[in-house]
Amino acid sequence: MPKQHELDRFEIRLSGTGGQGILTLGKIMGQVLALDHGFYCTQTQSYGPEARGGASRADLVISSHRISYPKPVNLDMLVALSQEACNLYFRNLKPSGFLLVDTSLVTQTPSNIFWGLPFTKMARDKIGMPQATNIICLGALSHFLPFMNFANVKKALATVLPAKILDVNIKALTLGHSQAKKLYPDATDKWTFFSPTTMESEQ
Amino acid sequence: MATKKRKRKEIFALGNEAVVEGALLAGCSFYAGYPITPSTEIAEVMSARLPFVKDGVFIQMEDEIASMGAIIGASLAGRKTMTATSGPGFSLMQENLGYACMTEVPLVVVNVMRGGPSTGLPTSPAQGDVQQARWGCHGDHPIIVLSASDVQECLEMTVVAFNFAEKYRTPVILLLDEITAHTREKISIPEPEDFEILARVTPAMPPEWYVSYEETMRGVPALPPLGSGYRFHVTGLTHDQNGFPTSKPDEVKALMHRQFRKIDQFFYDIQLFDEVSCEDAEVVVVAYGCVARSAELAVHMARERGVKAGLLKLKTLFPFPKTAVQALARQCKALIVPELNMGQISREVKRVNNGLTHIITNNRVDGQIITPSEIFKNIMQA
Amino acid sequence: MAQVTQLIHDYLRHNKKFPHVYCAGCGHGIVLGSLIRSVHSLGYSKDEVVLVAGIGCSGRMAVYVDFNTVHTTHGRALTFATGIKMANPNLKVIVVMGDGDAMSIGGNHLIHAARRNIGLTALVLNNNIYGMTGGQASPTSPEGTISATSPFGQLESSFDIVEMAMASGASYVARGTVLHANMLDSLISEALEKPGFNLVEILTPCHTQYGRKNKFKTVVDMYQWYKKNTAKLERYRQLAPEEQAKFTPIGVFRDEMRPGLEVKYATLRNKLQEQPNA
Repeated sequence: MPKQHELDRFEIRLSGTGGQGILTLGKIMGQVLALDHGFYCTQTQSYGPEARGGASRADLVISSHRISYPKPVNLDMLVALSQEACNLYFRNLKPSGFLLVDTSLVTQTPSNIFWGLPFTKMARDKIGMPQATNIICLGALSHFLPFMNFANVKKALATVLPAKILDVNIKALTLGHSQAKKLYPDATDKWTFFSPTTMESEQ
Repeated sequence: MATKKRKRKEIFALGNEAVVEGALLAGCSFYAGYPITPSTEIAEVMSARLPFVKDGVFIQMEDEIASMGAIIGASLAGRKTMTATSGPGFSLMQENLGYACMTEVPLVVVNVMRGGPSTGLPTSPAQGDVQQARWGCHGDHPIIVLSASDVQECLEMTVVAFNFAEKYRTPVILLLDEITAHTREKISIPEPEDFEILARVTPAMPPEWYVSYEETMRGVPALPPLGSGYRFHVTGLTHDQNGFPTSKPDEVKALMHRQFRKIDQFFYDIQLFDEVSCEDAEVVVVAYGCVARSAELAVHMARERGVKAGLLKLKTLFPFPKTAVQALARQCKALIVPELNMGQISREVKRVNNGLTHIITNNRVDGQIITPSEIFKNIMQA
Repeated sequence: MAQVTQLIHDYLRHNKKFPHVYCAGCGHGIVLGSLIRSVHSLGYSKDEVVLVAGIGCSGRMAVYVDFNTVHTTHGRALTFATGIKMANPNLKVIVVMGDGDAMSIGGNHLIHAARRNIGLTALVLNNNIYGMTGGQASPTSPEGTISATSPFGQLESSFDIVEMAMASGASYVARGTVLHANMLDSLISEALEKPGFNLVEILTPCHTQYGRKNKFKTVVDMYQWYKKNTAKLERYRQLAPEEQAKFTPIGVFRDEMRPGLEVKYATLRNKLQEQPNA
């Protein structure tokens, strides 16, 4: 049984470019957290023509309590899979928040404190399928977010993805998870899970 | 799809998907529609689900005018029917919506509001169709307009919409907004027995005694399905109790007054709202749709700072819940009405407030949601 | 004759809204008679017939006849009928429209009803004019027509309803006139029995609003015109092109047996519901 965390509006933004599977990533994550971990979770997204090419994003608010306002107010975590998204959304990250970037695409981070893995490069070189970028990222997130259990994510993938592409995605998920664990073994200790609602910046 | 096998009937779904769940739970077996952002997922999911429903029919029509016509026809044939659209399509539906009001055909129209007028901001939230939902069709008519603010409520209010439509033989408009429709959340799908599902009253008398628009105590005449042996005339012309066109003033008056009475006399049944920490509130936010969620967080923030704030979340927009608003207007020093339009519900609030308390409006029409901090500021300044 | 009258009275709501609105010499009554004879000869019960009508003189037909009747909004009759037929495919749904109804305000609905081949019988009563509103030009008013909105002669060309229905994919398309009443009976009965979308265009005179302004002294002249200027399709096809220009062909233009959308949808539904994992 994984450790149950008490969350009060943990806000995470997944961002990148259209075509990187950001929305799918958000949907799978939301589903895993809401249905398998029993959190309250709202997932919203930027929607419309800009979702096809250009900046793309999916936002999640995760809480142990009922969520009133469904959109993020102050990000606890920003995942940026493109330089543009990183530049655009870094200002929404709260000072104690964490940044995770795709180091194969984000070369200039706005802060020296960040976690980075070359998701796109890993997808291309290790998995042989660039479309697996988002699932590798999901695997890494299941390490970085201590309240998201790797085994649950793995189980959920089987219910979400068609059988034909399941195996390669499980491989991608496992790769992301193990690489993150190897590079940042103590990442999960850095979180302090309380967030008084401060309202300096909003999107 | 994947969540089907779960023991708990819980799914992680969009507001639009929840509408479909609610409709199917309420017994909807006929959908006609035309794609329009941001309502399209309703049509998409319906097209996949209805063929698995007993006698279920999904049909994509050539435009919204035709969609409305088709669901009126299907409702007359005995089905529970619905369509979904957004602003521009809703405008096109108004003529036939008026027909449904005049002929008292039960049906549900979901309007996922977006920025307007005209093509406006197709992918941005707005609440600009509130007064159109009430007064969109020509001529004086009663109508029920509901709203929902989260995904679970999308499901529940769709069921309520069908129940009201059937019970009062009237079109019911469910107003959603882009945020409510496109937020994914965990919802639990109730079992059919968890809900009271209502069906229209059909005639119990033999066909020769049947009077199709009879003046009854409830004001709601029985409606048999077409082809069931009760041959009657349906017309958009002003009609007498037998359904035939008339222009006699006493018959016209009787028809119009009955149609208003059948909604008015059940006002307390139709008036739905939620109160959050209103008991001792000195400042109350009156909100609906996605803005009600911002307001709820704002009220929470104000309470943390010791300000006695409350939220009145309107689920029924029309007939306007005047008794709920008036009760709070008497109690508090200000009502705050934030909405994503230039003041379509605040004008109703001001009307029923009639000088009782101070009304503060907060209107936003730039395609962005009103944030909790904006409403928080309103509360602190009130 | 007495027998015919008796039969019609069996189908009219005789204690309801009479006298009717039709002018002396109007052909709409002949269409109604023909429709009743067709329904009777096919043995349909009154309960299974739904008559859906639009707005205009033709739309009033729904009031007079003792079927399930729905008098809809202008131009939208086909959309209501589509809903009724899809909801209950056992009903015989007959749609009565005028030329303004079917070709102008409801033109798009006609195109799409024909394209999706929904199992309806559409009767388009073409009198080349907006009669009820006082004689304005309609999309089937011939070029040169003098009307309330074309006082100096209509400049636009007119629609050919039959060509339009065929191009849109209707499975049965015919044209008749109220003068050729026996032929009209057989066209309507045939249409009612066909699957899919059937359309019968019926030429019917409006002397009050069209004839008087367009050189027809009496309504009889208009019926004479139908006699002289229409040709059965078989004969018409043998005419030389310059001869053809003088005549309007009448008869059956297309007669295909294709299942209606409501049948195809029911088949799909049955197939899906029979699947083990459904």
